[in-house]
Amino acid sequence: MSATLSADGVPSAPRNEAVARALGRRRSRTNLVVKALCLLATAIGLLLLASILATLLWRGLGGLSITVFTTSTKPPGSNGGLLNAIVGTLIQTAIGTAVGTPIGLMVGTYLAEYSVGSRISGAVRFVSDVLLSAPSILIGLFLYEILVQPVGGFSAIAGGLALAVIVIPIVVRTTEDMLRLIPATLREAAIGLGAPKWKMITLICYRAAMDGIVTGVLLAVARVAGETAPLLFTSFGNLNWSVSLTQPMASLPVTIYQYAGSAFEDWVQLAWVAALLITVGVLAINITARSLLRGRK
Amino acid sequence: MGDAVFAGFARASGGFVLLLLGGIIVSLFIGGLAAFRQFGAAFVVSPLWNPVTQKFGGLVPIYGTLVTSVLALLLAVPLAFGIAFYLTELAPAWLRRPVGTAIELLAAVPSIIYGMWGFFVIVPIMAGTVQPAVIGAFDGIPVLQDLFAGPPFGTGILTAAFILAVMIIPFIAATMRDVFLTVPAVYKESAYGVGCTTWEVMRSIVLPYTRVSVVGGIMLGLGRALGETMAVTFVIGNANRITSSLFGAGNTIASLVALEFPESPAGSLKLASLLALGFILFVISFIVLAISRILLRPRLKG
Repeated sequence: MSATLSADGVPSAPRNEAVARALGRRRSRTNLVVKALCLLATAIGLLLLASILATLLWRGLGGLSITVFTTSTKPPGSNGGLLNAIVGTLIQTAIGTAVGTPIGLMVGTYLAEYSVGSRISGAVRFVSDVLLSAPSILIGLFLYEILVQPVGGFSAIAGGLALAVIVIPIVVRTTEDMLRLIPATLREAAIGLGAPKWKMITLICYRAAMDGIVTGVLLAVARVAGETAPLLFTSFGNLNWSVSLTQPMASLPVTIYQYAGSAFEDWVQLAWVAALLITVGVLAINITARSLLRGRK
Repeated sequence: MGDAVFAGFARASGGFVLLLLGGIIVSLFIGGLAAFRQFGAAFVVSPLWNPVTQKFGGLVPIYGTLVTSVLALLLAVPLAFGIAFYLTELAPAWLRRPVGTAIELLAAVPSIIYGMWGFFVIVPIMAGTVQPAVIGAFDGIPVLQDLFAGPPFGTGILTAAFILAVMIIPFIAATMRDVFLTVPAVYKESAYGVGCTTWEVMRSIVLPYTRVSVVGGIMLGLGRALGETMAVTFVIGNANRITSSLFGAGNTIASLVALEFPESPAGSLKLASLLALGFILFVISFIVLAISRILLRPRLKG
């Protein structure tokens, strides 16, 4: 009876119970297949990460020794280390972070606190988002054009500035997001006590958003520490010990690039050690940054 | 007083970001101007790259960039969708965070590491197992035998696309997961309430609701793949020719720039050609990333 009650145009339940059951079976089978495929996709994703980490540990741990940290890169066969590359990466990452963070912080502040009723702010946010994913090799070419070529030589400064350009949009994104999360009541309380806006921002908002901002900076450090392409045209790499900011400077990623493709076994081995060091460092910073933010929620 | 200074700094920083983008575009264009002047519009369609005769064209790397990126998308999108679906609807709650973090860590691994992993792990697998098997399986079948032909070196377009796919999976998966989470629970609950299966809820409720943002996430992945340098440089085989075979060697704009730059003296036509290619890459990535932002903005920013 009930099956015949449906009005025209409204699909009624199949009258034949066998058909209904077959349809139900097919739907649940499709569902099962899709679920299995999704599980498979996730497993493949995890497997890829595991494969990368396992390869790095397997090939890199064997070459890890104290000389890696105490000597600089040397000609093949003479038991060189990675000291100049490690120090170079630290210096250039430090320059990039030191230059990029304040700018990114101010841009994020501008977008979160000063952008009301401003048409430019939309463009700034858009451009910053595009820069976030822009090819890093082009940022290297940009620094080559405006700094390396006019000055007439590769330098650690140019490398650090190229990294700073990458740092800026990362810090902008997290700073703006974090500042926007701060409740308006906090701002109103500060303004109500007579604080000028800049004091409200620096003394109240920055403090309230501190862990988020630090997370952004850490993520930026993790990102630029492993960057290779922008350094190829700026700090270039240096097989000798050098801490001069106006000279070419080694870095772990560029050393990997130079060594991994070489025909010398000990150089390839060192490239694996460098790869292990940079990956462990980058992932450790990344995980630290994430756990900082988790504590907030 | 302090207010004016601080606001001035903030506004100036905002302006600086605009200047930065403008500076990148202008500097690449000026750097490549000599090549554009010399070759004109033919630069984009000429397959030549000959330092001896000083004839340079961008067709091969432009083709390589687009083909590897699109192939990478074809490989990455289904996997990324599966991962996002698993993380939002299927995984038990206690697994979601650790698995999600692990997938996101894939995005944190530096690009050069992908290059080494690809060169020392994936290339031997491709050369020893995958490519001979595929070449054998498709031998004699028209079209397919041309698409998968040639000596199995392990390097080439398909290997590069595979590595790129692995690199962009986390970006696409994370974006998809975030937009899937924006679907109001009441919609999904209604669908479950009338007896939909999990897949039917995904297909008929979640996907239609998030369609635009999902495309935005895919465009974000494409934008990332286009400019990827180090990983591709290791595995693409670096040959300036267009082959019909996906196993053939090729190059991309980014890999060509990275490899040829050391042999391009300042002021040379070759360097200008590389910078011109950089300019073209920037324009392509800018368009793709801009579309991605426009599609993603309304959903993720509320």
